[in-house]
Amino acid sequence: MSNMPVNNGRRRFLTAATVVVGGVGVAGVAVPFIGSWNPSARAKAAGAPVEVNVGKIEPGQLIRAEWRGKPVYVVRRTEETVNNLAKHDDQLRDPNSEKAQQPSYATNAYRSIKPEFLVALGVCTHLGCAPTHHGGDFGEFVEGVSDGFFCPCHGSKFDMAGRVFQGVPAPLNLVVPEHSFTNEDTLLIGVGQGEA
Amino acid sequence: MLANFMAWMDKRLPLTDAWNKHLAQYPAPKNFNFWYFFGSLAMLVLVNQILTGVWLTMSYEPSGDGAFASVEYIMRDVDYGWLLRYMHSTGASAFFVVVYLHMMRGLMYGSYQKPRELLWIFGMLIFLVLMAEAFMGYLLPWGNMSYWGAQVIISLFGAIPIIGDDLTLWIRGDYVISGATLNRFFALHVIAMPLVLVILVFLHILALHEVGSNNPEGIEVKKKKGSIKPEELSKFTFHKQYSEKYDIVDAIPFHPYYSVKDIMGVAGFLILFCWVMFFAPEGGGYFMEAPNFEPANGLKTPEHIAPVWYFGPFYTILRVIPDKLIGAIGMFSAIIVLFLVPWFDRGVVKSVKYRSKLHLFNLIQFAICFVALGALGTLPATPVYNMIGTIASFGYFGFFVALWFYSKNEKCKPVPERVSH
Repeated sequence: MSNMPVNNGRRRFLTAATVVVGGVGVAGVAVPFIGSWNPSARAKAAGAPVEVNVGKIEPGQLIRAEWRGKPVYVVRRTEETVNNLAKHDDQLRDPNSEKAQQPSYATNAYRSIKPEFLVALGVCTHLGCAPTHHGGDFGEFVEGVSDGFFCPCHGSKFDMAGRVFQGVPAPLNLVVPEHSFTNEDTLLIGVGQGEA
Repeated sequence: MLANFMAWMDKRLPLTDAWNKHLAQYPAPKNFNFWYFFGSLAMLVLVNQILTGVWLTMSYEPSGDGAFASVEYIMRDVDYGWLLRYMHSTGASAFFVVVYLHMMRGLMYGSYQKPRELLWIFGMLIFLVLMAEAFMGYLLPWGNMSYWGAQVIISLFGAIPIIGDDLTLWIRGDYVISGATLNRFFALHVIAMPLVLVILVFLHILALHEVGSNNPEGIEVKKKKGSIKPEELSKFTFHKQYSEKYDIVDAIPFHPYYSVKDIMGVAGFLILFCWVMFFAPEGGGYFMEAPNFEPANGLKTPEHIAPVWYFGPFYTILRVIPDKLIGAIGMFSAIIVLFLVPWFDRGVVKSVKYRSKLHLFNLIQFAICFVALGALGTLPATPVYNMIGTIASFGYFGFFVALWFYSKNEKCKPVPERVSH
């Protein structure tokens, strides 16, 4: 072997070429393996809008609807609750809903189409637990605020417009999904105002 | 007959040589104590998990519709199904008990110090894979705590800026945790992770036998060749891989001396293990949590959500930081700093026995903080608990910071040349 003529330049070139071609091959093979973890066509298709009858919700009551596998909270807020919303703005992270956590038609003081109805995803913006509704006894979490949502997982707090309080792990207000009213009592979740 | 067979085998595979190198002629320091049980116990539990796991897959159905019912089926209808499942679930908790004690041993006796850094890193990788393995396994019964625990942990990746949301979607394979998530976790839990785990354990032991075992005194038993008088050498025969390179003192062959000692450990361990398995398999709600006895419900988070006890310390660190991204970073840092212990510790004296009072105090406060964080992780997030959790988190990270500062010029006691035990 020691007497064999060695062309080091050619050897290096061939080694590099093999590594490059092999690397491209490995990257190519990785595509289907990584791609197969994406949501399947069936999962993507399962996102149809959901109709909810809101006529029978009592004032102050919360009902849960399921949309794309997630809980949607629909609350009929009492007049008092609506009036109280503006009173704790200084304790909130984003009182004016400047972050895009809601459609444009819900970017207002109530974060809703009708002041009476709050429609929000029951998914904490921290790590995705479902916050618990505390009607009347929320004062134990935030002094002076009687109603709100408390997330049992890591103690995040939201008011009755789904706005997050300061000093909790959740960074953002609860998401208000696209929704609209097809008539006085029927809420359609998943289709925005003016789209249907 | 047997001798002939072994001779035939040895010509084709180095069986006797491997047996001698790693067991019958492996020089183990003569002064191993109680803390040295946990390595072999960890391997015992690993075998238990693999064996019972294989049997459980025979009756388990990995699908969103069938998983919960199939676990009930195993518990009620399969002969000894309840026993196999309890062996597996108790084994999971036992694995972490044993591994945490094994790691504490390493910290106490400086078993991570030069030249054992890589050995420590392999051990930490085992710990990391073990946590992933346990987390994915916990989703499989498809109970409500399974579901929401997975929701919380997967959402952690959503804290990563820009790619976070797409990454969580990719991990779940759906817009919420669903059967798709369950199936991929099942595949990883029963094939991919155990395979990686076994390979890492193999490398861990190979690296251990290359550098040699540390001991409670932190004094090497392999001395420079020619530095020891022949009459002071250990009287046992060791494999030439060790004895040709080093003069070996104060060591005994692993087998039969420590294999017999470890059998004692196994007996004691099995008494405790069986007691839990037969009399308290749910571990008072810590090994199996109450909400997990109802099926996964994507619309209802359990009132009080808590991880299984062994994730408690890291979960508490996540929870006490009132910011999503920093919380997630804090939690992962708690594991990363452990990887880096060999470099945080700039001292040369290994065992706590010969190190400063300050180091002893630091180790004790670390252990207390770790246990406190673990306990808090299973309790609700009240302001008082959060405050204690914050203090304990500082204690946890403080251990590493303080170690880095004082270890450089630490006042240690003189370390003897030989193991005096």
